Amino acid sequence: MTIAEGVQLVAFALLTFMIIGSAIGVVLLENIVYSGFLLGGVLVSMAGMYLLLNADFVAAAQLLVYVGAVNVLIIYAIMLVNKRESFPPLTRGWIRPVSTAAVSLGLFALLATTILSTPWTISSAPVAVNSAVTIGKHFFSDFLLPFELASVLLLIAMVGAIIIARRDFIPEQKPAAGETDVYTLPERPRELVGSAAESTPTQE
Amino acid sequence: MELQLEYFLLIAAALFCIGIYGLITSRNAVRVLMSIELLLNSVNLNLMAFSNFIDPEGIKGQVFTVFVITVAAAEAAVGLAIVLAIYRSRNTIDMEQFNLLKW
Repeated sequence: MTIAEGVQLVAFALLTFMIIGSAIGVVLLENIVYSGFLLGGVLVSMAGMYLLLNADFVAAAQLLVYVGAVNVLIIYAIMLVNKRESFPPLTRGWIRPVSTAAVSLGLFALLATTILSTPWTISSAPVAVNSAVTIGKHFFSDFLLPFELASVLLLIAMVGAIIIARRDFIPEQKPAAGETDVYTLPERPRELVGSAAESTPTQE
Repeated sequence: MELQLEYFLLIAAALFCIGIYGLITSRNAVRVLMSIELLLNSVNLNLMAFSNFIDPEGIKGQVFTVFVITVAAAEAAVGLAIVLAIYRSRNTIDMEQFNLLKW
């Protein structure tokens, strides 16, 4: 690490404040749009943490994949299902937040005592100079099978997401017996609404 | 005073607990997915801290983090597709209404 220690500490404190504050905002804010953008703040701050941990390649990957893809996808989902509805209150609905807060605080206390009481064996070896080269060597030598499986997993997830999210319009009646030689997808275009419906002929 | 391993682990633990709280208490389905992202990020921070402080030569933790990021991207795509499909069929995103399989 070539940055001075004071700069590291100040950056660490700032990033900690941003991460914890934005995460609490993601969980507790009423407006889901604010939560989506604050999640982007958490992800960007996490990339800064990775830079403090000498991982430039993973920080870039975090920015590209998380902020560029996952967060944008989440904001798109918010826009698509942005229906302002007031959820009906549950009977004895206060039990769940209170008990969950107690469990979370207990879990944090347990983790904190474990972290502070464990004697970690800190290595004093020099940090890998070029992390991207080292990660690439890992990918193509001892992590080759997980690497290829990850590509297959991404393909499966993409196809699955398209199939799940697609609107299915199954035709009501089957075509006649003589017309079955033309294969079409089992979906029909949605009927246009408003003034465009009268001007354009429907494709029935 | 230098940056220690314990600082990063404590922050990751705090972020994990916040994610658990949001995962259980939120009733908006999209917010549940955001909480899952928080959980995955806290685990990633753990892996990166161990990679830097305990295994600085091999940096296998960074390799694991890249895999976790990949799986998180796939999970987000499929999860949001499922949320969209449920929203179309039930016309709500309240987690309490998704009880078709509940006894």
